[in-house]
Amino acid sequence: MTSSPLSSPSQIFNMDYQDALALLVTIRDMAIVQFHRIPGSAILTRYIKMSYQHDPARSVIELCLVIFAIQYLLAPKYSTQKKNFVKLRPDEVDELIEDWTPEPLVAPLTEFEQEQIDKTPVIAGPTGTKVKLTNGRTVTNLASTNFFNLANQPALAESAITTLRTYGVGPCGPPGFYGTQDVHVDCEQDIAEFIGSEACIIYAQAFSTISAVIPAFAKRGDIIVVDEKVNFATQKALQLSRSTIRWYKHNDMDDLEKVLKKVEREFRGRELTRRFIVTEALFEDGGDVADLGTIVKLKFQYKYRLILDETNSFGVVGETGRGLTEYYNLPATDVDMIVGTLATTFVGGGGFCCGSKEIVHHQRISGLAYVFSAALPAMLATTVSEIIKMLRENPENFITPLRENIKTFHAALAKTDTLTITSSLINPTISIQLNGKREMSNDEQDRLAQDVVDECLANGVLVTRVKRIALPAGMSKGPKWFGWNPAMVVKVYVSSGFSKKDCEKAGSVIRSAVTKVVGKKR
Amino acid sequence: MPRKASSSVSSIIDTPKRATVRTTNKIVQFFASSQKPSPGETKLSSSYPGALPKSAPSISLPTISLSTATGEHTSEAPMVVFSPEEARRTARKHAQFGPLLHSSHKYVSQHNDGGELEEPIEDEPPYFIMFTTYFSYLILIIFGHVRDFFGKRFRSSKYTNLKAQNGYAALNSDFDNFYVRRLKKRLDDCFSRPITGVPGRYITLLGRESKDYNDTFNMTGEKIETLNMSSYNYLGFAQSEGPCADASEESIRKYGVSAAGTRSDGGTLDLHVDCEALIARFVGKPASILYSMGYGTNAWIFSSLVSKGCLIISDELNHASIRTGARASGAMIDMFKHNHMGDLENKLREYISQGQPRTHRPWKKILVVVEGLYSMEGTMCNLPALVRLREKYGFYLFVDEAHSVGALGPRGRGVCDFFGVDPRDVDILMGTLTKSFGANGGYIAAEKCIIDKLRAINAGVLMSEAPAPGVVTQITSSLKMITGELNTGEGEERLQRLAFNSRYLRLGLKRLGFIVLGHDDSPIVPLMLYNPAKMPAFSREMLKRKISVVVVGYPATPLVSSRVRFCLSAAHNKDDLDRLLRACDEVGDELDLKLSSGIAGGAIPLPEGVTPEMEAERIAKGGKVAAPRWPVEEVIKRGVQDTKLTLR
Ligand SMILES: Cc1ncc(COP(=O)(O)O)c(C=O)c1O
Repeated sequence: MTSSPLSSPSQIFNMDYQDALALLVTIRDMAIVQFHRIPGSAILTRYIKMSYQHDPARSVIELCLVIFAIQYLLAPKYSTQKKNFVKLRPDEVDELIEDWTPEPLVAPLTEFEQEQIDKTPVIAGPTGTKVKLTNGRTVTNLASTNFFNLANQPALAESAITTLRTYGVGPCGPPGFYGTQDVHVDCEQDIAEFIGSEACIIYAQAFSTISAVIPAFAKRGDIIVVDEKVNFATQKALQLSRSTIRWYKHNDMDDLEKVLKKVEREFRGRELTRRFIVTEALFEDGGDVADLGTIVKLKFQYKYRLILDETNSFGVVGETGRGLTEYYNLPATDVDMIVGTLATTFVGGGGFCCGSKEIVHHQRISGLAYVFSAALPAMLATTVSEIIKMLRENPENFITPLRENIKTFHAALAKTDTLTITSSLINPTISIQLNGKREMSNDEQDRLAQDVVDECLANGVLVTRVKRIALPAGMSKGPKWFGWNPAMVVKVYVSSGFSKKDCEKAGSVIRSAVTKVVGKKR
Repeated sequence: MPRKASSSVSSIIDTPKRATVRTTNKIVQFFASSQKPSPGETKLSSSYPGALPKSAPSISLPTISLSTATGEHTSEAPMVVFSPEEARRTARKHAQFGPLLHSSHKYVSQHNDGGELEEPIEDEPPYFIMFTTYFSYLILIIFGHVRDFFGKRFRSSKYTNLKAQNGYAALNSDFDNFYVRRLKKRLDDCFSRPITGVPGRYITLLGRESKDYNDTFNMTGEKIETLNMSSYNYLGFAQSEGPCADASEESIRKYGVSAAGTRSDGGTLDLHVDCEALIARFVGKPASILYSMGYGTNAWIFSSLVSKGCLIISDELNHASIRTGARASGAMIDMFKHNHMGDLENKLREYISQGQPRTHRPWKKILVVVEGLYSMEGTMCNLPALVRLREKYGFYLFVDEAHSVGALGPRGRGVCDFFGVDPRDVDILMGTLTKSFGANGGYIAAEKCIIDKLRAINAGVLMSEAPAPGVVTQITSSLKMITGELNTGEGEERLQRLAFNSRYLRLGLKRLGFIVLGHDDSPIVPLMLYNPAKMPAFSREMLKRKISVVVVGYPATPLVSSRVRFCLSAAHNKDDLDRLLRACDEVGDELDLKLSSGIAGGAIPLPEGVTPEMEAERIAKGGKVAAPRWPVEEVIKRGVQDTKLTLR
């Protein structure tokens, strides 16, 4: 922490030949001193001297050997890769460049994609249970993840405005460089206390959270055991981690144990590397609940760390909204990392990861989306804090009506065989699987789901459908985590803001739409 | 409120004559007056930032006595005297956005000759500095390993994370973690300093201290208002008042706090659509998409553009988000030397002629990815050369304008605007809204067919949350201010102030004798420190002088090139920069940082009758360049006029 020992800067600049020489000598002397400090340097010197004394020719040969060894070590590693290199004359290169025609940057839009874009609803004005679309129609909104109907609550808006008037909008810098505002620290603390874990870190976007969390810990050589149905963001996170991935059958605890045993056998005797189990709490694909009780038991038994993606469950599952750990009556500390979103139920923005102090601290240094991205706008952080306060004070005001509404929807939709609800009763995102008579291609399934969505909208109910992410060309034969290809579903986001009657009415609209569209196809 | 602001702007515009007269006056006065402020005085003022806006006119320089050219200043000055409430409000406003002191403190950011970009000359420190730097690391490494060795054996409770226990592998590998524990930890007090309030011209740090060598920090409860040289607040839009905040407030009242959904489901509001149209128009592309995070934009975009069989050639200093996105895409990735067009061309020739490895099949597409302005180097990409190469080799060009949009170009529209390149010659213009616009989020702008496809297939559109209404309106309103649709004149003034500040500070630091990286017009000014120990020393010395700076070292930069990075803002005025220059002058002497040799600029003005060409010839013949070591008052005195010349 001291300044350099050089006395005056001018000394360095006006360095003429004399000075330079003196400096060189000092450096040489220092180098010699340093060399003598290296353990074994004396032996080496003695050896070289003796060998030279006995047989100068041998010294020369040895020197050559040393040079050869160094050259070998320093030789560029890629030379083997370039084995295949074809030597070309410059004019041949020019010709090849002339000939090369790249594919277009993106493939042309398909008709269906065009339709999808054209039909993306645009809401004119605030979002809520009823929304006005830009085409002038007012519809019942079941397409927003606004589970407690807080997105447009005036009191929250006022508190956000107060924050805006103190902090401005953006923090204009990453958390490490003066982007950490006191409201972020408070928000992190609120979440950690709410969930019941030691610490918490917030990221500026929910979707990018897990792809920063997993690669921060799991590196090449580590082992990750994953439920085969995890969502797209998690799949990408696994891909980025470069770890060894083992899949277990969806929510099949026997298979999980089998995989864990197999890993144990396979890696016995090798150096111990980090091991993780990764699962979602409520699955994006299908909407069912992970068997957390068993997973936690197994993770302790086989000494794995557990990463739980609570994106769909945090805030809405459990008696007080603390998520799946509460639902299973487990302490949150049993799960090593709980990842979730603050953008849906909590109508703020960003994502979070809860865990021990070490886990959170490590992310502050190595979570790429944390380190290299600007912090969350202050007003979104305070909104989250506000809602946590509300939830802690009166959970029943939010959770109970939401639960009731989910039930009502389930009941309203249950009475037909053209659809199956795959999501759990605790999940406010209702996944409706359409039961076509025969096997259908992905495109046909999408068509069908889109028709249902259109039909619902025609009857004043806005719902949405799962959108696939196609396997990029050339990837189809690769590992299976490069795409998002869930069962064909129509999705309904229930909100606590609806009355029972609203739910029944919307439910019956959806049911008739499904019956009409799917029935026609059968 | 808006009306007042615009009237102040117009009063600036209306008074050029007066201003020039005063400028000449000023120059005369400069040379006439020998009364310099005593060092004591300077120090006092620089350690008391809170009072700066009000007391500014009374400090040091005659410049300020001439600052009446700003309408705001004159019109509000009497109020300051009479109403404490008004004074408080003015001080608050000026703490977020400093008043312009003189109409001459403006400049237009533009690449003047329209040709390709010249590499900035890189100065090298004396060997001695290099040697001590390496030596510091050597000591650090040896001590670190020795401490690890004994620590793990005798104080194992402190090393639980690094050791396997109970059958669990270590959470962090001690190898990966070495620099974090052994270097970063020692300077942790210089990172992640918590703040409160607006990160504008001043930034309010929350005091903290550590009793256990930076393991934990305790908040002391004090608030320290410092000059903010660290936030990416290029155009000064980090404000809690003014037209943008007003618009944002209105928007939250109307739309609520959140759009609650992904863009492709129920999360698209009319606000988003309008904002996208505005961004597209601003950057000069037919269409654009808005995302809620800049990092996320990059992290997910490449998967939608390229895949296996494609090649990404990326500048070696590209941002982590680009690297993440590129890796996630599955395409092959190679890097070229930072800003080295020759290297890029060689790579292109080789890759195109050789085709894909092993099979020699031709590449499906090649995407060259660069940043407009590099946030650690302060260098710009050589866009004219890239466009020329694109023409010749047929690759697709992706420019990340995170730092350049808003900050460069006569109209603030980024590197294309700066170089006068047609935006159509760049395939994808990506940018973030976190920096110049005081908001959050990112965008992609391109041809409509590309944007439409992205709306259908890009994971960021399909699965990430839509930006919140208050944030979107901040973007829209700040964009409108830059284009002049809102508060006509203010946007232009902000752009020109930023351009002036950038050049002024860079020139000043060069003249003082510091080694500074980057291009002259870049608002990011990295000052080289080299020795790792100088990072905390510099940061703490600056904090003592109530200036917040960012220091960066390995692994964010090469091992030996630790640096401090100043980010300029339109919210700074000349007083702020002079305060910084004085502080740097003192600290620079103390820490022995004035290392430049003169080859990279800052030299004394050429004598009468010597043209730059003659000088260049003399140097080419081996003539010696004097190392610039200007006295700081001289730097400040000549700064304004010389900033507008071609920097030397
Ligand atoms: C070049 C570049 N791209 C992307 C980003 C990420 O932007 P954001 O902070 O909005 O996430 C940054 C931010 O530091 C950047 O410098």
